[in-house]
Amino acid sequence: MIDRIPSGFHPFVIPFLIGMAFVLLYCFGAMIRVLYELSWQDRKKFFLSLLNPKILLKDIKDIFLNCLIHVPLWKRNKLFGYMHSSIAFGWFMIILLGHIEVLLFVPGRINLFYYPIFFNYFVAEDDVTLRGSLLFFLMDFFLLMIMSGIALAMARRVKNYMFGVKRMARPTFLNVVGLYSLWAIFPLRWLAESFTAHISGGSFLTIPANWLFRQFLGNELYMLPTWWAYSIALCVFMCVLPFTRYMHIPAEMLLIPMRNAGLKVRSSRKGFARVEFFSCPNCGVCIDACPMTVDNGNVKDCTVYLTRQLRRGNEERIQEISDKCLLCGKCEALCQVGVEGPGLRILERARRDYTVPFNYPAADKSVDKNHKVLYFAGCMTHLTPSIGRNITELLRKANIDFTWLDQQGGLCCGRPMFTAGRIAEAKAIVANMEKLILESGCDTLLVSCPICYKMFREQYNLPGVEIVNYIPFINNLINTGRIKVEKSDICYVYHDPCELGRGCGMYDEPRKLLGRSAGIAEAQQNREESICCGGSLGSLSLDFAQRENMTKAALDNLYTSNADAIATACPLCQATFARYADRPVKDIAEIVNQQVI
Amino acid sequence: MIDFGFTLSKSSTVDLNKVDRSRYDQLVKLVPTARMCMNCGSCGATCTVSEYKGMSVRKVLTGIQRGEDVRPMLSSCMLCGKCTMVCPRGINTRNLVLTLCKIYD
Ligand code: SF4
Ligand code: SF4
Ligand code: SF4
Ligand code: SF4
Ligand code: SF4
Repeated sequence: MIDRIPSGFHPFVIPFLIGMAFVLLYCFGAMIRVLYELSWQDRKKFFLSLLNPKILLKDIKDIFLNCLIHVPLWKRNKLFGYMHSSIAFGWFMIILLGHIEVLLFVPGRINLFYYPIFFNYFVAEDDVTLRGSLLFFLMDFFLLMIMSGIALAMARRVKNYMFGVKRMARPTFLNVVGLYSLWAIFPLRWLAESFTAHISGGSFLTIPANWLFRQFLGNELYMLPTWWAYSIALCVFMCVLPFTRYMHIPAEMLLIPMRNAGLKVRSSRKGFARVEFFSCPNCGVCIDACPMTVDNGNVKDCTVYLTRQLRRGNEERIQEISDKCLLCGKCEALCQVGVEGPGLRILERARRDYTVPFNYPAADKSVDKNHKVLYFAGCMTHLTPSIGRNITELLRKANIDFTWLDQQGGLCCGRPMFTAGRIAEAKAIVANMEKLILESGCDTLLVSCPICYKMFREQYNLPGVEIVNYIPFINNLINTGRIKVEKSDICYVYHDPCELGRGCGMYDEPRKLLGRSAGIAEAQQNREESICCGGSLGSLSLDFAQRENMTKAALDNLYTSNADAIATACPLCQATFARYADRPVKDIAEIVNQQVI
Repeated sequence: MIDFGFTLSKSSTVDLNKVDRSRYDQLVKLVPTARMCMNCGSCGATCTVSEYKGMSVRKVLTGIQRGEDVRPMLSSCMLCGKCTMVCPRGINTRNLVLTLCKIYD
């Protein structure tokens, strides 16, 4: 290959250079801003992580697997994964191969960084080109791969059920411009390379096209306009990139090292959170995942719209979106980039001002100090008293002495206050509760509400006290032979409560316990894809009437198992389901207690 | 004063012509379901903090319509949500309390 243009320059590269300069400067500025917004501890942590070879290696691996190969999307749907990785990985390979070509054939030009992009225009084939035929083949191969991905993307616009993701966020005007310019880039590149293929060579895609076009078009005439068009398409794409969802490409490359460095969101708007909401590619997975979107309602309150409004700074919408969410955590569990939908919303709620202060009402409560096991039922259990009764009966059958901390009612763990964003007020509840629990002198805190359990695990500091959920506790009673159960022939479908499953990662223990005392069936969507019952205290603004359809949709999912009855491990799920269910809804404690022999 | 062996308690008359209902009106605008309360008292009966501070959403709602200061009650609410679960009218009582905590000045 030899240089064809002595100056190594042509005006058509100017649009590309403008776009490139703009996008690089913008991203650099944005990165400086984010780093500036971090607290100095976080900034230090981040920079130190970049010096740690182990974390650095993980960063590179994660960026490769997530941003280029899109592994999480492949797991969701093969075609969906292929569409994204063909474009991302194919584009990356074309850029990489372009650089290799320049280094190999015209090493003197490597400092001109538009050269690898427009290589075929600037060179001509000579007799040693055979060395490059493998490269030419690969170039065409990856171009074909990208174009197949784009064809899939186009088909998806027409037939949107194709990838198992039904709904997408409505694109904004700039997103549409970005999308069309992205779609245009690769066919234009193919045309441009085809028109020059008789000069600079090509492979299976470009040479036949070149031959075809030559049959009825004069080659030289169409050469320049297509290179211009290709360069302009690149320019348009790069110029709109910062204002579209495509900003997720650079943002994710910052998000991954920051997350690997152990950074956490501390504000809903700045620093790490900013990187997080710019990393959302609007894939729409969270729309189908969200229990609020049943019958196409509340679609605009999903996490994808939260990220969009946070980018825009639309205060009214941000507030509405933050207050409505059930905080069930499903969007976060399924999100490929790990946008913390619930966490960001709690931080957003924490920005509100309240004029009436909170005074902890139960400060003079005292506790019995006689027993090592302290049972805390939680306030919701007082609305489903059978759970408390069955658990205490089980404890008596196992000859365990215990104190029932809130038998008279009147104590809250503080989680509802916490999820409402009144963090300082929740801490006041926590401090008072910690004092009371430590005063009791217990060594085991037995909890039967998963909402409380999550709160105790994450926000309480109780030295010397083991916090156990009743499910593993009862499993342990059976393992050690303190109680014996026999299996009934009723078949239950187990509903994973959000706070126990996604919230605490407990999926197998309840199934094990239930399986010991009854038959067990699985719903279509279970475990991390379990659907919130709709009763969650996480939502501030959803009214009773608005929740009805959510509960019914969650029940329909449970009915897919054809089980005789529904089993759950949360008082709130039980109370919510019982309202509309056509079959019994029982807590696991009750099922086990009935089967004790 | 002559000691009759009994005293008269302070009058609890509420002069509705003089009561400032603006706070209630503001609340109803933000939490429309507040208007649906039928004073059944379920919320107070189940309230986690009623045994300590006499909290009851019913009393809060009647209180602000009579121009009483309901802040001591509001400030004791732990937002546990039990009242929402039992309200037969489906009133979003937690949001009602939170909203009042915001608009009181
Ligand atoms: S928040 Fe996550 S799941 Fe939702 S659109 Fe963005 S990337 Fe997809
Ligand atoms: S946490 Fe649950 S309710 Fe909230 S946006 Fe995510 S999926 Fe929807
Ligand atoms: S966590 Fe919620 S349901 Fe459990 S006791 Fe506390 S307030 Fe009640
Ligand atoms: S949310 Fe407040 S008012 Fe309602 S039951 Fe709980 S403590 Fe009482
Ligand atoms: S339970 Fe509901 S309807 Fe009854 S008094 Fe309380 S708020 Fe009013």
